[in-house]
Amino acid sequence: MRKSWWKILGLCLIGGSIIAGLLGPVPKLPILNETIRNVYFHVPMWFAMFTLYLISVIYSIRYLNSNDIKNDFIAVEAVNTGIIFCFLGLLTGMQWANITWGEPWPNDPKTNGSAIATLMYLAYLVLRNALEEEQKRAKISAIYNIFAFPVMIVLMYILPKLTDSLHPGSGGNSTFGDIDMDNQMRPIFYSAVVGWILIGVWIASLRYRLRLIENTRNQID
Amino acid sequence: MKKYSALLLMILCNLSLFAQSGVEMATDLRSSGKIYVVALVLLTIFIGIGIYLIALDRRIKKLEKETKK
Repeated sequence: MRKSWWKILGLCLIGGSIIAGLLGPVPKLPILNETIRNVYFHVPMWFAMFTLYLISVIYSIRYLNSNDIKNDFIAVEAVNTGIIFCFLGLLTGMQWANITWGEPWPNDPKTNGSAIATLMYLAYLVLRNALEEEQKRAKISAIYNIFAFPVMIVLMYILPKLTDSLHPGSGGNSTFGDIDMDNQMRPIFYSAVVGWILIGVWIASLRYRLRLIENTRNQID
Repeated sequence: MKKYSALLLMILCNLSLFAQSGVEMATDLRSSGKIYVVALVLLTIFIGIGIYLIALDRRIKKLEKETKK
């Protein structure tokens, strides 16, 4: 967690994806035109959010097994950072939709699902706020987290596949693999995804280390 | 009258675009070299954020060392 190599790697991957994303070749698609390049920036937000929520639920389970409060700290800071990426994803998605399809919220099942999932994780933070005692707060919010995570998966990734949607891979649309048939976009896309996941984990780890320091200082006083 | 001239303009533009297989891309922005400015600006912003994160990481490392003592 305190090593530097993966943090610098993350920065380089994202920097590379910015340059290649703007200057590299992309398939010519109707309606989207050049905005297909947004795939390099909007979609990694969701990958980073998902990874962070996954880390959070893993450490929530670990807390319930071990009762070590540090696991709870990781869980909450991962959710805090994940929510930031979630909002960035929603915001960039709305900006993209507004210019490309004419309305910021096309009432698409994936966007509605992600809005509900966002509310669920905000409720996690509100729940934590309502509980004073440290161990009780950690236990109850860990249980809530374990419920929230699979519901988020269903809302964002399973339900959209079942109905009509404007997102690739959902209800009636070809997947990302069909859009990028000659593999022009894949290397840049995957490096952007890995880069943003690394940066997301880095930010969560910084928050966690700060919380540990605050906790130690509170116990000393 | 304005509607008809707009319609005529769009039809004419449509005809001239068949040279690019019908889907317009921002080739003007790229051929005039202006896309490099956009890439540079975004890269600068991102390098700024990266430096801020590195500085934050160092500050926290220092705090951790102090608290350990």
